[in-house]
Amino acid sequence: MFVIKCPYCGERDQTEFSCHGESHIARPENPNEVGDVEWGKYLFFRSNPKGMHYERWTHDHGCRRWFNVQRHTVTDKIMQTYKMGQPKPKGIND
Amino acid sequence: MKYSLLNLVRNAFSYHENWQEAWTNPGLKKEYDIIIVGGGGHGLGTAYYLAKQFGLKNIAVLEKGWIGGGNTGRNTTIIRSNYLWDESAALYNHAVNLWEGLSSELNYNVMFSQRGLFHLAHTVHDMQEITRRGYSNHLNGIDAEILNKEDVLKKIPFINGDGRYPIMGALLQRRGGTARHDAVAWGYARAAENLGVDIIQNCEVTGINITKGIVTGLETTRGSVKAKKVGLVPAGHSSVLANMAGFQLPINSVPLQALVSEPIKPVLDCVIMSNAVHVYVSQSDKGELVVGAGSDAYNSYSQRGSFDMIEHIMGPLVELFPIFSRLKMLRQWGGIVDVTPDRSPIIGKTPIENLFINCGWGTGGFKATPGSAHVFAETVATGEPSKIAAPFSIDRHYSGALVDEAAAAAVAH
Repeated sequence: MFVIKCPYCGERDQTEFSCHGESHIARPENPNEVGDVEWGKYLFFRSNPKGMHYERWTHDHGCRRWFNVQRHTVTDKIMQTYKMGQPKPKGIND
Repeated sequence: MKYSLLNLVRNAFSYHENWQEAWTNPGLKKEYDIIIVGGGGHGLGTAYYLAKQFGLKNIAVLEKGWIGGGNTGRNTTIIRSNYLWDESAALYNHAVNLWEGLSSELNYNVMFSQRGLFHLAHTVHDMQEITRRGYSNHLNGIDAEILNKEDVLKKIPFINGDGRYPIMGALLQRRGGTARHDAVAWGYARAAENLGVDIIQNCEVTGINITKGIVTGLETTRGSVKAKKVGLVPAGHSSVLANMAGFQLPINSVPLQALVSEPIKPVLDCVIMSNAVHVYVSQSDKGELVVGAGSDAYNSYSQRGSFDMIEHIMGPLVELFPIFSRLKMLRQWGGIVDVTPDRSPIIGKTPIENLFINCGWGTGGFKATPGSAHVFAETVATGEPSKIAAPFSIDRHYSGALVDEAAAAAVAH
């Protein structure tokens, strides 16, 4: 359990939020032209790193907005949070 | 030394001080024919069946910590096979069949106890789910009894059938139950070593050597080692090892936690599960209540779960069993589970030749230990997935032929 700094509401308890997996996975521009393997990779395959993870959260019991979090998956330490649509940051201690 | 009544009596004369070690700590050789990475029940079992069933020699199991110290020693020891889909039913029932003979097969008491397992139903939807699954089990030759409320209250008289989570019925698998998780790892380790398998503890894999798409060996914290074939059975760290070999898996690793109470006199003689309120509880032979909690919904390798998950499990537990409300919980721990999109495992080949993988067991791998080990041994030995393992190839995430137990069984595994 940890505290997350929502970019819109500030620091709140993690139980107010829910996590929705890895960020910055672009949907293929034209799905009809994408083969099964590439589509499968887009849908299911993830980096699942032991280390820095870029992930999507929503503030369910707050502003209900989506944002990104950079978190270390061993220490659960959150390095930064940033808004949806912002490019993947260079990373702190990546 | 065989474990038998005769040897027990014989060793009593020397005050039980001369029993030989169940397994030793050999050094890492330069080269093996087959290396299994991961010394949990699945990995040790794979090595055992490779040696026993396929007569293979020169096998090693590498474990980064101590054997059985990962998820094999961290689960709630529940065993069942009442899965919905045919593919899963075949796999998990293969395991239950092996569980039934395991203690004598290994000459090691794994304390497999078929005490019966109840899946509680609290709503009309729950009743429909267990009825559908029960009928599917019947078609697959798996024992399943669909009980009504009176049946459940007769069997478990102190359960609160009219509380916040009213009980409408349950799905009972009498062949389900529990086993002693440590003994499973120890029994397979001892039996495997008796057949010549080297069990190398405190040996973490740090790299996978690949030449022209074929695996040639491993880098470890105890030096380099060559191998003709490698089987990865790393549970929570599956993606870490896959990344070393240069490919990704359809897996997210999350913490799953469990807790045990202080020991009390025998009170609960079966296993209780409720998918709807996420309660799993049984009583160990030591008298402790073993309680499984839910997994956290974010990726983590921290081996500790969040506090809100404990609250999330204890609330419904006390509601269903008011007599447990004054018990103290003594220990709590977490393990890292590798969860696939369809909550079914991945068993088979990888993009690298001679590199095989058995992972993705998620929150429910313990129950499958002998079956998983057995089908994976065949896969590694022959180079082709066994008949039971074939539907669980990594390719199903491209073809769309998922074995979707996530939707079938809601949450509990």
